[in-house]
Amino acid sequence: SFVMGVVTGIPLEFQFGTNWAAFSAFTGDIIAQTLAMEGAFAFFLESAFVGLFLFGERRFGQRMHWFSSLMVFLGTWASGYFIITTNAWMQNPVGYRVLENGNIELNDYWAVLLNPWMVWQFLHNMGGAVVCAAFVMAGLGAFYLLADRDHEYARIFLKIGVVSGVIASVWMLFPTGHFSSEQVAEHQPVALAAMEGQFETERPAGIVFIGQPDVENRRIDNPIVLPRALSFLIYQNWNAEVKGLEAFPEEDWPDNIPLLYYSYHVMVGLGTFFIGIMTLAAFLMWRGRLYDSRWMLWVLMLALPFPFIANTAGWFTAELGRQPWLAYGLFRTEEGISPLVSSGSVLFTIIGFAGMYLIMGLLYVVLMVREVSHGPEAEQETLEETEGVTA
Amino acid sequence: METIWFIAVAFMITMYVLLDGFDLGAGAIHLVAAKNDRERRTIIRAIGPVWDGNEVWLIAAGGTLFFAFPLLYASSFSGFYLPLIIVLWLLMIRGLSIELRGHIESPLWASFWDFAFFFGSSLLIIFFGAALGNVVRGVPLNEDGYFFQPLWTDFSPFSEEPGILDWYTVLIGLLAFTTLIAHGANWIAVKTEGVLNTRSHRISRTFALATVVLTAVATPATFWVSPWMLQGFLDRPYGFVLPVVAIAGLVGMIAFSFAERDRPAFLSSSAYILGMLTSTVFAVYPNVLPAVNPENSLTIQNAAASDYGQAVGLVWWSIGMVLAAIYFVIIYRLFRGKVNLEDEGY
Repeated sequence: SFVMGVVTGIPLEFQFGTNWAAFSAFTGDIIAQTLAMEGAFAFFLESAFVGLFLFGERRFGQRMHWFSSLMVFLGTWASGYFIITTNAWMQNPVGYRVLENGNIELNDYWAVLLNPWMVWQFLHNMGGAVVCAAFVMAGLGAFYLLADRDHEYARIFLKIGVVSGVIASVWMLFPTGHFSSEQVAEHQPVALAAMEGQFETERPAGIVFIGQPDVENRRIDNPIVLPRALSFLIYQNWNAEVKGLEAFPEEDWPDNIPLLYYSYHVMVGLGTFFIGIMTLAAFLMWRGRLYDSRWMLWVLMLALPFPFIANTAGWFTAELGRQPWLAYGLFRTEEGISPLVSSGSVLFTIIGFAGMYLIMGLLYVVLMVREVSHGPEAEQETLEETEGVTA
Repeated sequence: METIWFIAVAFMITMYVLLDGFDLGAGAIHLVAAKNDRERRTIIRAIGPVWDGNEVWLIAAGGTLFFAFPLLYASSFSGFYLPLIIVLWLLMIRGLSIELRGHIESPLWASFWDFAFFFGSSLLIIFFGAALGNVVRGVPLNEDGYFFQPLWTDFSPFSEEPGILDWYTVLIGLLAFTTLIAHGANWIAVKTEGVLNTRSHRISRTFALATVVLTAVATPATFWVSPWMLQGFLDRPYGFVLPVVAIAGLVGMIAFSFAERDRPAFLSSSAYILGMLTSTVFAVYPNVLPAVNPENSLTIQNAAASDYGQAVGLVWWSIGMVLAAIYFVIIYRLFRGKVNLEDEGY
């Protein structure tokens, strides 16, 4: 799965230039700092040690294996930091000054690296990755127990998955999710209004749990609303005013309000379920009944794919919410494209990438299923067998 | 300071060609050099722990180029849109073929990825060579610093509108192909024993000779296509040391491949690549992307980032490079010596 991430991640570094040339030329002085730093500090680290991790276990022993996995971990988290810092600058541009000719240049390096937006976004994003990993661990453990095999490993998987899962899924709501939303409310109020489906300015404002946004008529159909909750969540005041979309010029509205609204609601809704599932599982584990509660194991197993969906929905929320801007309030998306690349060429490459990713996705699923059905105990046995041969 | 960054980017690209060059070359020859599954696994094992790290030099060079010369990045990456995307696809196919080959034990599965590995590696080399050819020949930049060029037109030397792939750039692509095959064969020879080692010697000899022939053709062709390339050497004669390194490397490639001395042969092909690339960038300087109309050329001055940005970059870049050098020394030292298939992996 690492190679899938690597080979799909490579294009990103290039697509800034191939498809967003005008944006790259405009903001390159700033965002290329963090992107180039990612290359220098993160990519070298992880790629150098992943080879050692994959090839060195027998040759250099367990300690080196552990050390190289630690280095890969550092590399990937550093990579996460740099890419989030880049994105945070696009969400909340800082540390630059405008030149006479209208271009911008970097004037405060540390402001960019320590962008306040980055802090919550980074913690939230990395928490999402941990939630994902926790559900995969717990789901696999549940699968092995339900299939009545690999018991020893299944229990370890479940224990690690549930403990980290309960911590990480709460972490996603509070503090990271909460403060991320407050940040959006402060810096991108129009995005917040669209995420919440808030068409009108209200005092106090309720929070919409479910409902379908009707942008033409500027209302939510079939809403289920908790009164006053939105005012409280953002301003800690049950009577605070929350600005609706109507308070902003329509040209600054996010382009795709329904998709943004749904992404946000899917993310928050799933996140709430994750907390519920993991808390329940942790409670059962504490009571010593988790491994025998088949219904709970079923839930954990079936929940496995959902954090992937929630994380994707989260990124949809961040990126759609930023529209119609590439760099918020500074540079519009429509200005950013490459001037001389035809839309036909772009479509051609999109189809190509879609095809590649489809094939890779299928391969990934097939190989993962094989790996899972092979099972950890069998893996351990082959390892010991070959060790016996070489020793 | 722009000159420092010019050298820095050139250094990273050269590192990329030297390092990923041998694993690309290994990919291009492995169908011929290795006849059975065991031999092919050995070749993949010879590059397995390092190819990913080698490839990072390309990405890091791209990132540094973006950071030091944002306009060059915007202009060249959008101008070479289609070929760059094809390069990305090839990189993806090749990476997958190395990693996935060993996941299912089946001759069909393995042959499929073997071919994908050969295909991806070979075409990548030719595309990279052609990219260098395009920089040397110059591209039709407009006043805003952007350009569009078709992927190919009619391949004629007298074409009004040459494509990105034309007679000259494909010639450079072929030169890159023979060079990196010899380079890759030298690496495989260093890393293997027995029949693989013998076959690698044969390939190294053949392609070293082919490289001599193509160098003899490509050098005059280059000065015919871009006469201004000579000027840089005439203005700064100390630059002539670079082509001398290339020639010495070429002589070494021939001599040591016939003498079957693997390590010196690999060092020679490295010296040849180093000499050729540095000669080219030396001649191109201070341009970073020459234009057909010289007034529109992107130079280290008009494409550079702000002074402040360049200055802070110098600090972290130096630290990053020292760290990268440490990792690479560690990894290459740990995995030195001949490949032993009894170790795990793939």
